[in-house]
Amino acid sequence: MDMPTPNPSVLAKKPRLVQRLRQVLPADAVIDDLSETRAYECDALTAYRCPPLLAVLPASTQEVSDVLRICHEEGVPVVPRGSGTSLAGGALPTADSVILGVARMNEVLETDYDNRIIRVQSGRTNLSVTGAVETEDFFYAPDPSSQLACAIAGNIAMNSGGAHCLKYGVTTNNLLGVTMVLMDGTVVEIGGAHLDAGGLDLLGVICGSEGQLGVVTEATLRILRKPEGARPVLMAFDSNEVAGACVSDIIKAGVLPVAIEFMDRLCIEACEAFAKAGYPQCEALLIVEVEGSEAEIDDQLTRIIEIARRHNPLELRESQSAEESARIWLGRKSAFGAMGQINDYMCLDGTIPVSALPMVLRRIGELSQEYGLKVGNVFHAGDGNMHPLILFDANKPGDLEKCEAFGADILKLCVDAGGCLTGEHGVGIEKRDLMLHQYAAEDLEAQMAVKDVFDPQWLLNPAKVFPLSVSESRRAVQVAAE
Amino acid sequence: MLRPESEAELAQIVTGLTAPVRIRGGGTRGVPGPEAELDVSGLSGITLYEPGALTLVAKAGTPVAEIETALATEGQRLAFEPMDHRGLMGTEGTPTIGGVIAANVSGPRRIQAGAARDFLLGVRYVDGMGQVISNGGRVMKNVTGYDLVKLMAGSWGTLGVLSEVSLKVLPKAETQATLTLSVPDAGTAVRALSAGLGSPYEVTGAAYDPALGQALVRIEGFEASVAYRAEALNRLFAPFGTMARLEDDPWPGIRDVAPFHGRVGDVWRISVKPGDAPELAARCKAEALLFDWGGGLIWALLPAGTDLRARLGEFAGHATLVRGDRTQRAMFQPEPAPLAALSRGLRQRFDPKGLFNPGLMG
Repeated sequence: MDMPTPNPSVLAKKPRLVQRLRQVLPADAVIDDLSETRAYECDALTAYRCPPLLAVLPASTQEVSDVLRICHEEGVPVVPRGSGTSLAGGALPTADSVILGVARMNEVLETDYDNRIIRVQSGRTNLSVTGAVETEDFFYAPDPSSQLACAIAGNIAMNSGGAHCLKYGVTTNNLLGVTMVLMDGTVVEIGGAHLDAGGLDLLGVICGSEGQLGVVTEATLRILRKPEGARPVLMAFDSNEVAGACVSDIIKAGVLPVAIEFMDRLCIEACEAFAKAGYPQCEALLIVEVEGSEAEIDDQLTRIIEIARRHNPLELRESQSAEESARIWLGRKSAFGAMGQINDYMCLDGTIPVSALPMVLRRIGELSQEYGLKVGNVFHAGDGNMHPLILFDANKPGDLEKCEAFGADILKLCVDAGGCLTGEHGVGIEKRDLMLHQYAAEDLEAQMAVKDVFDPQWLLNPAKVFPLSVSESRRAVQVAAE
Repeated sequence: MLRPESEAELAQIVTGLTAPVRIRGGGTRGVPGPEAELDVSGLSGITLYEPGALTLVAKAGTPVAEIETALATEGQRLAFEPMDHRGLMGTEGTPTIGGVIAANVSGPRRIQAGAARDFLLGVRYVDGMGQVISNGGRVMKNVTGYDLVKLMAGSWGTLGVLSEVSLKVLPKAETQATLTLSVPDAGTAVRALSAGLGSPYEVTGAAYDPALGQALVRIEGFEASVAYRAEALNRLFAPFGTMARLEDDPWPGIRDVAPFHGRVGDVWRISVKPGDAPELAARCKAEALLFDWGGGLIWALLPAGTDLRARLGEFAGHATLVRGDRTQRAMFQPEPAPLAALSRGLRQRFDPKGLFNPGLMG
């Protein structure tokens, strides 16, 4: 993965920059010692590492504004960082950048059940947003697998999804407003507790912009009342095609489950060995969950099971208790950990039209043979968001490169099937160079025009999202300005 | 009149434009602007519909009715319940899906299901340079690059001319029920509606009609489910009074602001936090009011030329002049300076020559 050569004039500014930042931040909020900046050298895409020039940990919107103003005046790139759980390298530093971590900003600012909103500082973790409202039986819907650790700031940057977004949508559908600091230090308020934009939907384009348009310091989020109950049913099938057809039939029948999760044989076996969830051994497993009162759940599951029976399942297991529900989810939720027990893995998240599922899975199987690398598939089937996990050995020379080439082929396959490169993880550096497979040059130009407006010098989160060749002339302006 | 029959022809026409145009789909939403029209209704037809994947792709000029008919045959619908502006605006013509998206038009179900922008998966549009741009796609989860899809929704044509839109659709509910509650004032209505919306019973409509003194709540789903939730809501609303079940379907009328049809004056649409609605509505001193979205959306009828924004003063939210003289008064709530600068910057980038609906959004 190529990264731009660090700008020597920025590197040379380090002492002055540290001095200026210490004038606006407490001493312990400016980290310049290499032994400590190493903590920020990578995110969850650990194959790529680079210690930043320095790291800062502001504790308020004002401090973020001061940091950005100084970096803007000095022409220093800034990489915003939530909790560093990005699987796409969204928070990977460059050697000439300042990491701006929002971890110290994790307060709940306002909770309003009548108006169904919560306002939080952006460093707060996803799960602790729900934690702040669950005593009143409310919750925050987007639930990425990393929700224990990941920050709302990162969720907004990547427009994070989760297992339950078939019903509740992703971050952009649950975000009502932000306080954001532009690269020049200007603080802007966008949206709020009301619905929809009064002018252009700036909030809509900020969400998912991977920290390249501004640094979000506060967010107004929509909270929902918890359903009365939820119950999953486990379905085992002897082929991916049949499982895929069953998913499509459930959706067509007018039942909208809150989640439809899919696992293939390799994942099932790995999860079983790891978590002992009691899964049947089969080619494809579906976990379908519905919500409501006991009677409503019974009614919906009856309809779903009736549809499933038409596809000759090997087994149908409707949960009979809270313990059994937990066991059914246990395997799925430990899928990544289970695959990690087998080997190193790379997790992709291309999305495809549900109808293309059997074809794409078959082709992934063929590619697996060609590359000689195993791949397990676990994904959100209701919305076509795949998660192929490619197993490789990081200690074996050439294996990572082979894995990346295989991954790129899978993502191109997703695009060619009518889908996209990434459904919820983001582009980061990982899929940056594949962007031209999905978008024409003028499509990317239109996206980059947005960055030109928000961050004219291209200082925020450099070298992400857009192929380096495509963004080169813009980044060159930044270097020339030195 | 300029009326392309294809996306390529649309691009060609835009490339050759030397003066600003008003973009027209069905012409039902009363968009003000230059005399010269660019009519997109020739770009029509559903290009893809996969009921099992809950996705539909259509050219921008496709009539909304055509899409709703196609969806109905598969038991599906546009869940954001787009408003039909004809009755309110006194217009004729055929509402198009491009117009719905360009104006981000949603109805009562917006409060639960989301707005038009939340169901928009992808767009194709022609920018001010005459280039065809694609963003998003036809899958439900897509974070590949910047989300220009959301930016185009509600941009009223000022960033580009939509040529094709890709939508997420949802199953149509088997049945619905409307419960009504007599309430003395807006404050009580909003408190009751908030209780309903904060319940686990999936309220999909929450309105208040002051003329009738009635709060209205809609629930939808399978028969047994609706019966159960109606009963549960009855108990929940006990402190506010007795709920009655309404046999007629009032929601198309609420969606289209039917109580204002045929009445003269300016029509304003105010988006606020529901809890702020009663006090702000009082400040309007309106001739008529209608509340939707649990109070979060206020429709206000005022004598022509009234400066409603002056009456409202500073408030968190926005007021749009939907019907009235938009040459005298900005249609959209003026933005604070830093946001106005960003919006202006985007318009300059997307439409550098200022060809599309100039001045409409500032």
